[in-house]
Amino acid sequence: MKTASDLARKTKQSSTQPSVRLQAQELVVDIPGRASGRPFNACIEPGQRWGVLGPNGAGKTSLLHTLAGLRPPRSGQVLLDGKPLAQLSRRDIARHVAVIFQERQDGFPATVFETALIGRHPFLSLWQRESAQDILLAQNALDAMSLTPLQDRLVTTLSGGERQRVAIATALAQSPSVWLADEPTNHLDLHHQVAVMKLLAEQANHGASVFMCLHDLNLAARWCDHLLLLYPDGELCFGPAEKMLVPEALERLYGQKLAVTEINGKPVFVPI
Amino acid sequence: MHDDKESVDHKAALEAGRDTLKNERPSSNRHSIVALALLAIISLIAFAAAVSVGSVSISIAELWAVICGSGEDLHRDLIISLRTPRALAAFSTGGLLALAGALMQVLLRNPLADPYVLGLSGGAAVGALGAMLAGAGMAVVSGSAFGGALLSTFLVFGLAHGAGGWSPTRLLLTGIVVAAGWGAVITFMLTMSPADSLPGMLYWLMGDLSYARTPYVAWAVLVPAVLLTLPMGRSLNVLARGPLQAAALGVAVRPLEWSVYILASLLTAVAVTTAGSVGFVGLIVPHMLRLVLGNDQRIILPASVLAGGALLTFADTLARTVMAPEQLPVGVITALLGVPTFLFLLHRSR
Repeated sequence: MKTASDLARKTKQSSTQPSVRLQAQELVVDIPGRASGRPFNACIEPGQRWGVLGPNGAGKTSLLHTLAGLRPPRSGQVLLDGKPLAQLSRRDIARHVAVIFQERQDGFPATVFETALIGRHPFLSLWQRESAQDILLAQNALDAMSLTPLQDRLVTTLSGGERQRVAIATALAQSPSVWLADEPTNHLDLHHQVAVMKLLAEQANHGASVFMCLHDLNLAARWCDHLLLLYPDGELCFGPAEKMLVPEALERLYGQKLAVTEINGKPVFVPI
Repeated sequence: MHDDKESVDHKAALEAGRDTLKNERPSSNRHSIVALALLAIISLIAFAAAVSVGSVSISIAELWAVICGSGEDLHRDLIISLRTPRALAAFSTGGLLALAGALMQVLLRNPLADPYVLGLSGGAAVGALGAMLAGAGMAVVSGSAFGGALLSTFLVFGLAHGAGGWSPTRLLLTGIVVAAGWGAVITFMLTMSPADSLPGMLYWLMGDLSYARTPYVAWAVLVPAVLLTLPMGRSLNVLARGPLQAAALGVAVRPLEWSVYILASLLTAVAVTTAGSVGFVGLIVPHMLRLVLGNDQRIILPASVLAGGALLTFADTLARTVMAPEQLPVGVITALLGVPTFLFLLHRSR
């Protein structure tokens, strides 16, 4: 009993990571066969929630991967806490930055619990096994995504939405200070879409920064404080959400007429 | 409101913590230790069987007497100079092949990858048969087989390494095509060779331990390889989720992939050089273990070594006794045992 409360306290400590900022400096994403657009200069501060909007193929995923250091930029650089990503090891980056991918591979499927536990990988040395504290973090992450009843199932036996939640739980176990999420609400039902957005907002409240690609304008309008509009020709513009949610700009972005109404003081967009 | 949330979190953490302490996860640790201990015992039994069964059978009491330094001279001769080296060779070859297979399967994220399927054994066979045709001695045949296996590895992995790294599908297809090519070369060599050298060649092609008198090279490679792969296990677990996810979780993907590739090639080359091209061990052993033990490479890799070693030791004992005084190539036994077991397990799992 005493040990359990000790563990819980330790968990609290380790999940409050020092806040770090992610900064794009003159960044041009390298997309083969596309002219270099305007360079991206921005700082994603702790506590901010950025949403990236753009039509299919605009390069949202490429931008996200470049910010994660998984893809070399055509020019410019990304700084994590003032240091260029290229000078940091993958392990150092992974201790601060979690990435939620759109696509997943599982040639050798693990259980839901094992998958969440792998989020602790960057914190363990070669010979170390997961400690009770790591196990606790993984279990809490599964709990936060209401996956505890599924924890011994193989991920391949889950539905698309459940697997999406496993991916988010893995990132949560990583206790990152920067979240790079590629369509985190993919495959999720309405309730879980809101639950994930709430979770990310809570993370931001605790000093993490969140940068996510979204397809749902209304989720972006409700849950993001900064928006980045990415046009198919590589052009981009960004700013505080309320300034970016201009129907004309969004119509031009998607090439789609929109109707706008307002619910609880937030704009709601419906394609027509 | 905020405080409420905190206390709820705290309670959930406590609850989860209590569960952990009571039963949940440490048991999976214990489970893996039990599995490895069981496999180690099976390996010992395989070894004991290999040294006591044969034209002159030796009882457990007699075996114990020899171990203690007494016992009959005939028994001691049989055990020390004949059966022990052969059993050691069988065990190490099986361990090498199973470990190489398990590593390649993670590297390619494909359970079909195996030294035999990827054409490495074929390359080794061409090297060995070429040396035999030229009338070279055993040492040259071994060296030539080693060279053939390495050449084949570099060929397959080099050709499949296009822009942007290895795509597992391309690698597997390249391997299968190269294996088919080696197959044609082997058939050509067999057609061209004098009739009296054919049996030796055929035995070599199916894998045969009767010439394996020096198991020490295989052991000298196997033991460090196992020690090297143990700390790689967790990284390999992450790599199995795909290179992007692995990189995002802090794995240096390229260096890890290259070390796994070089290690697997070396293990295969040594195994093939020791015993010819024994098939199915690298494919079936890791797969069977995964069906039973799950996908944690930290358990699968050492378990593969023990299970592969035990399997080949049993198979070789069968091969030299089942039709005694005739000896069968051990590859026939592994195939005859492995294929139905594999199909059965595959059919039974979901």
